[in-house]
Parts: sequence; structure tokens; C-alpha cells
Amino acid sequence: MAEETQQSLSLSRLALKKLRKHRLAMAGLYVLGLLYLTCFVFSDFIAPYHFDNEGRDLNHMPPSIARIRIFDAEGNTCRPFIYRMSYERDEYYRQVWVEDKTERYPIRLFAKGDEHRLLGFIPTRVRLFGVDQPARFYLFGADVRGRDLFSRIVYGGRISLSIGLAGVAVSFTIGMLVGGVSGYYGGPVDNVVQRICEMVMMIPSFFLLLALRASLPMEMGSVQIYFMLVVIMSFIGWAGMARVVRGMVLSVRSQEYVEAARAIGQSDFKIITHHILPQTLSYAIVSITLSIPGYILGESSLSLLGLGIQDPYASWGNLLSEAMAVVHIQSHPWILLPGVFIFLTVMSFNFLGDGLRDAFDPKSQLVGKEFGKI
Amino acid sequence: MAKSDACNKPPLLEISDLHTYFFLEGGPSKAVEGLDLAVPRGKTVGLVGESGCGKSATSLSIMRLIPSPPGKIVRGRIVFDGVDLLSLPPDDMRRVRGREIAMIFQEPMSSLNPVFTVGYQIVEMIRNHEAVAKKEAWARAVDLLRRVRIPAPEQRADEYPHQLSGGMRQRVMIAMALACSPKLLIADEPTTALDVTIQAQIMELFDEIRQGTDMSVLLVTHNLGIVAQTADEVAVMYAGHIVEQAATRPLFASPLHPYTQGLLESIPKTTSTAERLHVISGNVPDPSHKPPGCPFNPRCPKATDRCRSEMPPTVELQPGHIVRCWEASAGRSGN
Repeated sequence: MAEETQQSLSLSRLALKKLRKHRLAMAGLYVLGLLYLTCFVFSDFIAPYHFDNEGRDLNHMPPSIARIRIFDAEGNTCRPFIYRMSYERDEYYRQVWVEDKTERYPIRLFAKGDEHRLLGFIPTRVRLFGVDQPARFYLFGADVRGRDLFSRIVYGGRISLSIGLAGVAVSFTIGMLVGGVSGYYGGPVDNVVQRICEMVMMIPSFFLLLALRASLPMEMGSVQIYFMLVVIMSFIGWAGMARVVRGMVLSVRSQEYVEAARAIGQSDFKIITHHILPQTLSYAIVSITLSIPGYILGESSLSLLGLGIQDPYASWGNLLSEAMAVVHIQSHPWILLPGVFIFLTVMSFNFLGDGLRDAFDPKSQLVGKEFGKI
Repeated sequence: MAKSDACNKPPLLEISDLHTYFFLEGGPSKAVEGLDLAVPRGKTVGLVGESGCGKSATSLSIMRLIPSPPGKIVRGRIVFDGVDLLSLPPDDMRRVRGREIAMIFQEPMSSLNPVFTVGYQIVEMIRNHEAVAKKEAWARAVDLLRRVRIPAPEQRADEYPHQLSGGMRQRVMIAMALACSPKLLIADEPTTALDVTIQAQIMELFDEIRQGTDMSVLLVTHNLGIVAQTADEVAVMYAGHIVEQAATRPLFASPLHPYTQGLLESIPKTTSTAERLHVISGNVPDPSHKPPGCPFNPRCPKATDRCRSEMPPTVELQPGHIVRCWEASAGRSGN
């Protein structure tokens, strides 16, 4: 009985089944799903403010999340509300935040906020939550220019999360093709290609990143910067992929159906892309998942150093750049929050990659109630 | 009349003095050494020999699919339909493969890509060589499957190789090979991996298909029974050479080369009461260390000093019956 069920499952179904059992991987998958959904599909809707909406005199406002009230002055429960905040300076010129308790600002769902296009095409002012003007509801506090950190994290995720996918897409396309060609032709071609790969891998990647960045003009539009980041990170990333794919191609190349494909007069390019590379796909999926964090971190590092995404545009890396001074972290620690999101994303990708690797590994057996223990 | 016409026409495939070597670390391994072979139009030629005698290297040389490195066609001419294949640029050669010369491999299990449906793979083959719309190609694929007698071809076309039996897969391979109506079909041990009943069915199918066309077939096999049934001519190969070639009937009736004689005697017969089967003593020589003279001399019961020092020439002892043996030619001329 058990054997019958096992036989009828295709490789991908079997892998999915194994993946479902991997708790950490599933947790990672859900976290990533939530993050990507928030940052791509509903970013404008979920972020209460536009990423460049500055609050006058609200620089470094502490997080509102800690100041949500649910009891009014008489101690009765009521709808959650906040007070408007402002600051004064004490004798050391430090900010001292005070709440103006004369008026309550209830937190509204589907409040009117900055204009945006829902799902990219429906013009609307409705955002998930917010408070009435002139108070501001800064869930995670404000940055140095009084902008909502939460909104900036949500908008920044669009760049930080997508750059990983874009970078991986580019470098894996190159890596698969180069590795495929190298392994398929073998001989001198293989030798030259592999030596080039090694040369690229030999250079410490962060210095290479910096050098490549330095070789490009400093003044660029934000879109150009984004693509530049993708290109220079892929330039480093393809080599490792190409090496591993080459190894796999060497083993697939000697399969009879590859020879059969040659015997029916198929072009080398088609044989590589049609008959050989698909066989390396299960490895590629795992490897892609495990290498996305590298791209996210690469973008963050460059942006942190001011070489990547520039203000007013947000990415998790350049949001963190404010946290480079210890003084700032001491007085307003919430500016470290973007780092938490980087951490979460990187961890989730790693767990997911781990789970996928186990799932695609034919040697890892399904051991569970359905299949019985051996 | 028509028959004599066919005889006068130049053969479809003419191989002369083919040398295919594999350059390995211990010196060159001479898989094919001075092979001459002709495949007439519309005929089936059986290429027979033991494992390791260079049969597959010959068929791969014709397709120019010798894995290189280490393999290389060192010398020789392969003229197909008036064109020297060895001097064709790679792109033109690619157009010959599959369209003009199709090949069927030994292992139907692994010759189909496991990740595509069989219909798709036939379509791929057709669209590779002809500008046909996908739908039309699919219809042709189904037609081909029907032609190779696959039941319910519409459904089978949508299935993956692992869902088909070995015999079915070989039928699919044949369908694929026939897709572009090639002039020459090279079948490299097409039935070795199949059991006997399926073998018979596949060979029947071969005959049936061949009758409708003027396709030539080069049947590479070590199975003498299959050759006797299907081939018009037989070429016996030993250690990289053709040692004897003749029409099927005379070859089986009166083999001239001691090797062919040995092979035929080794076939188990139900009428024989002998306890042990006849064997040719010894083994095929290592292709990188062939003995001097006739390569068969260490195993030959009639070997003389001349056999041990000089390679015998190819002699046409009877019209259409070619032998490469000192003894055989001496015996004949003596008569």
C-alpha cells in the first residue's frame, strides 16, 4: 500500500510533501509570503504614509505603538487612540517628548491618508490605518527627518526584497548558460571558462562590489542605481553557479537521450537548454533560495555605505545607515528595526532553502505515519 | 529491370578506408581501422560482430557523433548520397542528422528524455528539420505513433516515457526516426534490451515499414538470427575491419572466413546433440594492442605464418562476396 502511494507521486509532488513536513522551512515560507505580499502587492495600502512624507518637528519621534491608549481619563475602556506628540529641549538640548492630552486621536481603520494607487491602478486615498491630522501615527517611530519608519520599511522592502530576486534571476541565467556550455563542450572551452570563473571568485566579493561601484558615476537616477546594483551583484554571483552547473552537466551529458538528441540533428544550444539544464533544476531551485540573502545583504551593505539607493528612496540598507552612529542608537534605538527585517528575511530564505534541499534530496526518506518507519 | 537499375546505381552510403581512433592515455585505441562498407539503396545491410569489434564506433562515425575528445576520425571517406559527410561543415551535418540519416539506439529506456512527453519529443524532431506549425506536427506525431502500431496513439502521445513499456518506447524511438522520412536508418542494436517476443514484433515492424519506402537500413547487431531474417546483405566485422561481406543467403550457406564460420557454428541448434556449444577460443583483441598481421590469427584454427605477419587484402572471391583472409582466397584460387 505504502509503495503504491509513493510510486504514483511525481518528484515535485514528493518534494512538496517533504517540504510540508519541514517546520522551519514552512515557517520561512509563510514569513516570506507575508513580507512579499506586504511590500509588493499592498505596500501603499499598508504603509500609512508616503515614504517621503515628512512630519514637521517630528524628527526621531518615538514609536507610537508603545503609546496606544485603550483607557480614557476615567479608566473606562474605549477605542484605541493616541495623543499628539511634540517635543521640547531640556538644558542639555535633548528632546523631551510630551503628549498633548487635550484631544484624542482614535486609530482608524481604512483612514484617509496620502494619495496612492491601490494594486497599481486604483487611485484612492484609503490606507489600512491612520489617525486624523494633525496628529501622526508612527508605528515604529520616526527617522531623522520626521518620516514614518514603518512606512519607509514597507516601501524599502520593495527594493530590498526585489533586488534579491532580480539579482538571482540575472546571475543564474548567466551561470546556468555558462556552466551548461562549459560542461557540454568540455575540453579547452571548459578549461578557459572555469579559469575565468575562478578568477571572478578569487577576488574578495565585497571589494569587487566596491570597485565596480566606484567605476560607475556617482550621480545616477534611482532606477539606474537599482539596475546598477543588480548588474554588479550578478557579475559576482554567476561564477559559483556556473561551476556547480558545469559539474552536473558533465554527469547528464553522457545520458543516452542527449546523444539521441544529437542524432536527430538538434542544435547544441537547444540540447543544452532543453535536455541538459532542466535536469539541474532541482539543484538550482535550492541554490537560488540559498543565495538570495547574499544579494539582499549586498544591497544593504552598499546602501549602508551610501553607495546604493539614495534618500529619499528607502531600502532596508540605507534606512540602517542612520544607525551607524552609536549616539543615535542610544537615544532612539528604533532606527535599528530595518535590521530586524533583513534578519527575518535572510533567516527565512535560509530555512526555506534548507527545507528545499532536504525535500529534493532523494536520499532523505519520508519517515512518517503514512510511510511507516523502516 | 528495376532490380538491375538499383544494382547499377551508386550505393546510398559508401564508406572507404575509415579509421576511427580513440586517443587514450595508454596509446590510441584503434576502434575502426580501414573499414570499407557500402549500403545500397533500399536494402538492409546487417553489420555483425562481437562486442568491442567497432560496430558502434562505425555507426557513430557515420553520424559524426564520435565523442571528441578522445575519439577522432583519422582517415577515410564516408560518401552519403554523393556528399562526403566528413568534409561537411557542422551546421550542414546537423541538417543531415535526423533528416537524411536517422538513428535508433540500443537503450529505449534511456534514449528518451524523461521530462518530456513522447509526443512532444517527436514534435521536436519534426520541427527541428521542417517549418511546420505545432498543431500539424502534433498530428503527424500521432500518425507516426499509429504507424508503429502503438494503440491509442492520441493518448500515448501525451504520456511520459516512464509510463510506457520497453517495447513501446522502442516503437516511439522508431517513430521518431521515421518522422522526417530519412534515406538511411541506422539501427544500433535496436532489440538488444528487449525480450524475445518483443524483439520479433519490433523486427516485423521494421520489415513492414521498410516495404512502404525505399529507405536503406544499416542494422548493427550481434544477433545473427535477426540478421538472417531481415538483412539483404551481411557484413561481418572483426577488430575494426570488415572480414566478410556477402548477400545474406550465400553468407549463411557458405561462409568463407574462419571467423564467420566460427560464429555460425556457435549458434545453438535444437537438432544438435552436442553437450557443449561451439566456442571461438580466445577474446577480441584489445583495440590498442592488436596482433600483427590478420587480427584474427591468434584465434584462427587455420592461421599460417603469413597470417601472423601480413594483413590480408580484401578480395572479391565471388560476385558480391568479399573476404579478407589469406586462407580463404588461397583455397579458392587453388580450386
